[in-house]
Amino acid sequence: MLFNPQLERRYLWDNLFASATWIATGLAILVLLVLLADVLLDGSPRLSWQFITSLPSRKPELAGIAAALGGSIWLLVLTALIAFPIGVGAGLYLEEFSIESWWSRLIEINISNLAGVPSIIYGLLGLQVFARWMQPLTGGRSVLTGALTLALLVLPVIIVSTREALRTVPDGLRQAGFALGATRWQVVSAHVLPLALPGIMTGTILALSRAIGETAALITIGALTFVPFIPNNPTSPFTALPIQIYNWVSRPQQGFHVNAAAGIIILMVVLMMMNATAILLRNRFQKTLT
Amino acid sequence: MQSPTAVLSARSVSVYYGSSLAVRQVSLDIPRGEIVAFIGPSGCGKSTILRCFNRMNDLVASARVEGQITYNDRDLYGPKVDAVAIRSRIGMVFQRPNPFPKSIYENIAFGARINGYRGNMDELVEGSLRRAALWDEVKDKLRDSGLALSGGQQQRLCIARAVAIQPEVILMDEPCSALDPISTLRIEELIKELSGDYTIVIVTHNMQQASRVSDRTAFFNAEATDAGSKVGYLVEYDRTERIFHEPAQEATRDYVTGRFG
Ligand SMILES: Nc1ncnc2c1ncn2[C@@H]1O[C@H](COP(=O)(O)OP(=O)(O)OP(=O)(O)O)[C@@H](O)[C@H]1O
Ligand SMILES: [Mg+2]
Repeated sequence: MLFNPQLERRYLWDNLFASATWIATGLAILVLLVLLADVLLDGSPRLSWQFITSLPSRKPELAGIAAALGGSIWLLVLTALIAFPIGVGAGLYLEEFSIESWWSRLIEINISNLAGVPSIIYGLLGLQVFARWMQPLTGGRSVLTGALTLALLVLPVIIVSTREALRTVPDGLRQAGFALGATRWQVVSAHVLPLALPGIMTGTILALSRAIGETAALITIGALTFVPFIPNNPTSPFTALPIQIYNWVSRPQQGFHVNAAAGIIILMVVLMMMNATAILLRNRFQKTLT
Repeated sequence: MQSPTAVLSARSVSVYYGSSLAVRQVSLDIPRGEIVAFIGPSGCGKSTILRCFNRMNDLVASARVEGQITYNDRDLYGPKVDAVAIRSRIGMVFQRPNPFPKSIYENIAFGARINGYRGNMDELVEGSLRRAALWDEVKDKLRDSGLALSGGQQQRLCIARAVAIQPEVILMDEPCSALDPISTLRIEELIKELSGDYTIVIVTHNMQQASRVSDRTAFFNAEATDAGSKVGYLVEYDRTERIFHEPAQEATRDYVTGRFG
């Protein structure tokens, strides 16, 4: 016998490895479940329409999340409006238009590096550039300043995911377009972008869900912790969900801790809605390619 | 073999990818209205030369073309020649069928639209699909995705798409290599029908196909250089009967009779 398949031993390793991965997954889910259960137990009694629609107050049972939720939605929309066109444009340029050179490689490396920069650094940059230098435009520590800062923060992620989505478009399609006498923009706009768009949207939404949970950068640029109103224009002062939660947690009264738990539930619901949208879009994407 | 009716004519064309020479010193004429087959072992530069004819090599950043190619007696790589305009006169069909992931109708209409077609689009779509012998199979599902067709149908759709913008030349790079024998025969018939109205250059690894469809055949081969890489060159170019029955070169005879290598 030249071969000794040792099937039993190989299957043993298979099973061992499968169990190891199963335990790893199980542990991760368990930790998550405990956290979730804890928050839900603490916060769900406080969840009510009154909580969602009330402004902050000195009395925990009167205080609500409206100002923070409104501020976060403002931030989300403005950040998307700023970061999406710039990020997608930059990704398109790097992937479809630029010619490979030391210059384009330098930009590429730096974008990957930027994705790893701690958010507080972006906060400091935003504080100096948007809140101080550009104060006449942004109104200082405003929701616009916050959105510009968060846009910087998520831009590298949007650029990278745009490029990844563009790379999944088969090259044969581009060739087919060029061979019919299409210009590069005609090829990109008619064939490449429509196919890549769901992937780009998925990446953008995931990037934005990073923005909505962001706290450090916003605190740095001076988002306030007590804002008794919902911003009604981009230059208005603001607060956001994570900041409001942080503020409540740091209060001594038990009632505010319950509010914080309820706030966390709201933040999680917003996040889960965004992720669900991303998954829906991705599924649609896979369907169109096959 | 200078002929007055050459649509495309290559003179001492060498192509480099980066610093490595891929094909050297190719000279040949493509006569108007004829079908020319390119045969030869893998890697000898058939696709490379083919892509020079519609300047698809411009899209490969590292590619560099030396020598001269003329298209209707004008320098194809001259300073005033626009590659985009050239590609709408010299169409291309690829090895793997690559319809756009859009409707069959839209697959045909796209090229016409970007090239400023002002006639009746429905007629153009029908006419092009008829030319590609696909009309009867798809006339009831023009709004369906081009990707829902079989491989052979997809390739005929790609041919219809190329024909729709009424080019002068159609370049085909192994158009049947991903297809079954029956689809292959249908495409071959189609190619023969298109000849006369169009000049066709077809790359193929199938000897019978070259001898069945083409008027002229160019045999390419590759030889090792001192540096260890391979360089392609044109061995022999003649009427197809001569290439297959009385070639001038020993290497050609060996290749077409399958005694190669
Ligand atoms: N984009 C490219 N970049 C670098 N080298 C390339 C590129 N395309 C082709 N080559 C090289 O050029 C040479 C000729 O390739 P080409 O594709 O023209 O051969 P071919 O005759 O079409 O082969 P096949 O019959 O396998 O399609 C090969 O050595 C190949 O490695
Ligand atoms: Mg080839």
